[in-house]
Amino acid sequence: MTTTLLPRNPIGRKILDKSVKGLSVAASLLGIFFLGWILMEVTNRGIAAINWDFFTELPAPPGEETVGLSSAIVGTLLMTVIAVVVGVPVGILSGVFLSEVARGTRLANAIRFCINVLMGVPSIIIGLFVYTILVLPLGQFSGFAGAISLAVIMLPVVARTTDDMLVLVPNALRESALALGTPKWRVTFDIVLRAAKTGMTTGVLLAIARVSGETAPLLFTSLNSVYMPESLMEPTSNLTVTIFNYAMSPYADWQQMAWGASLLIMISVLSVTIFARAAFKERTR
Amino acid sequence: MSLAMKAIDEQLDTAEAKKKVDAATKVKQVTESVKPAATNIKISSKNINFFYGDSQALFNNNLDLEVGKVTAIIGPSGCGKSTHLRILNRIFELYREQRVDGEVLLDGKNILSKSVDVLELRKRVGMIFQKPTPFPMSVFDNVAYGLKMHYRISRKEIAERVEEALKGAALWEEVKDKLKKPGMALSGGQQQRLCIARAIAVEPEVLLMDEPTSAIDPVATSRIEELVESFKKKYTVAIVTHNMQQAARISDITAFFYKGEIIEVGDTREFFTNPKNKQTEDYITGRFG
Repeated sequence: MTTTLLPRNPIGRKILDKSVKGLSVAASLLGIFFLGWILMEVTNRGIAAINWDFFTELPAPPGEETVGLSSAIVGTLLMTVIAVVVGVPVGILSGVFLSEVARGTRLANAIRFCINVLMGVPSIIIGLFVYTILVLPLGQFSGFAGAISLAVIMLPVVARTTDDMLVLVPNALRESALALGTPKWRVTFDIVLRAAKTGMTTGVLLAIARVSGETAPLLFTSLNSVYMPESLMEPTSNLTVTIFNYAMSPYADWQQMAWGASLLIMISVLSVTIFARAAFKERTR
Repeated sequence: MSLAMKAIDEQLDTAEAKKKVDAATKVKQVTESVKPAATNIKISSKNINFFYGDSQALFNNNLDLEVGKVTAIIGPSGCGKSTHLRILNRIFELYREQRVDGEVLLDGKNILSKSVDVLELRKRVGMIFQKPTPFPMSVFDNVAYGLKMHYRISRKEIAERVEEALKGAALWEEVKDKLKKPGMALSGGQQQRLCIARAIAVEPEVLLMDEPTSAIDPVATSRIEELVESFKKKYTVAIVTHNMQQAARISDITAFFYKGEIIEVGDTREFFTNPKNKQTEDYITGRFG
């Protein structure tokens, strides 16, 4: 014996459906609204500081006519490049280890867990750590120590992206390369990494974008300077610590420079991110 | 040296030579008597048991692949057809939990022994997979990749060999103007023939084909079937297929796998017209599977 099933009232379900949709739209609009606000505010306040001198002149005491942040721009670029040179290969090789060499083993899972933890370590702690292992023994703040702390921040991001991207490469591709008599390491470097190239490029670019805005780790490592960097073993001028110092100063023209530097970093990060997205789209198309 | 001595020397030489010839004939006779009846067996699998972790997938399999013949392996899904093929080039070793027991003799030598150079084995035993898997590089480089890896070879000769392999896979006419294009840009059927060209470029002796036509359209399928027919002359071919008509069309010998066991192996015509085993008959007449 079966009873007749009564249909549920569809009105309640429709209302629920609509309200969930509405809430999620509102939440995402809120995010976009703040992003837009930040972009506008930084642009409005920073644009006045950006001129030719900004890129070519050295920092000067408050009240000077020609001032710029050339040394900080060079210092930031220098440290980022070194961080990339150190952090990216190590990160990629770690990802290769996780996905290609030790996939499915307990060791790989343990290391993947550690990498996730490292990714969550606040950057100021990484700064303190590098201060202890490099700045104290060497007896001085240095661009080298700054670059290393940025590299330590990049490392887990790159390793994780590489791991994620390599897992997406179908096993059929590995098998067919192996079936041709290809040694395992060449399968990894010639075939698998190449297949995951665009996704990994995106990850590396996003990691660069992330570290180019880091301030806390540099406070303890590269510190800051008003001079053009001449050696990696001296305190090195950089944009983020400059923003920190200038924005806290009582001088209007220094504050202006801080806004200019913020705008510069923001535009760089934005363009790197957009470039990374475009590169990723290329692949999925 | 006097003439007389020279003559004696010569006599001695001939005597020795004759002795050698005699010995050689003897050895030959002995080996011939030891050899099995069918001397044209390329790969012989003996007492193969295969495990995925704890679950056994193959049970005491014995199967011979003959030179110059196409052996079709048929059977319902999950019966161990592909598993058997994947032992012959040891590709299963990519996965830690997979394990094999038994012997596979390639030209009389056990390829499952640890001392075998797996890279060399895979050069001799090529494989075509179910889904086309072009490498992320140009059409030309896809075919040249294996060549460059296995042979010291000049640029000019690479170009010649690539062309030859693409012709062998009946793809040359379609791609000769787009050799620089990525392999991924070709159609599915073309990609599969590219994979075939890639495999035959390194001059294998055996070709293992694991459902090579299951992911492509009927027209492309018939082109690949024609290829398999032409491969008989050069290679020993084993082809796993779900399609019994295909097995009947292109193979000389058919093996029927069921639940990890080889139920029946025989001459294809005989196999399909007059199966000896009841299970085989049920399967090929569509009563199960």
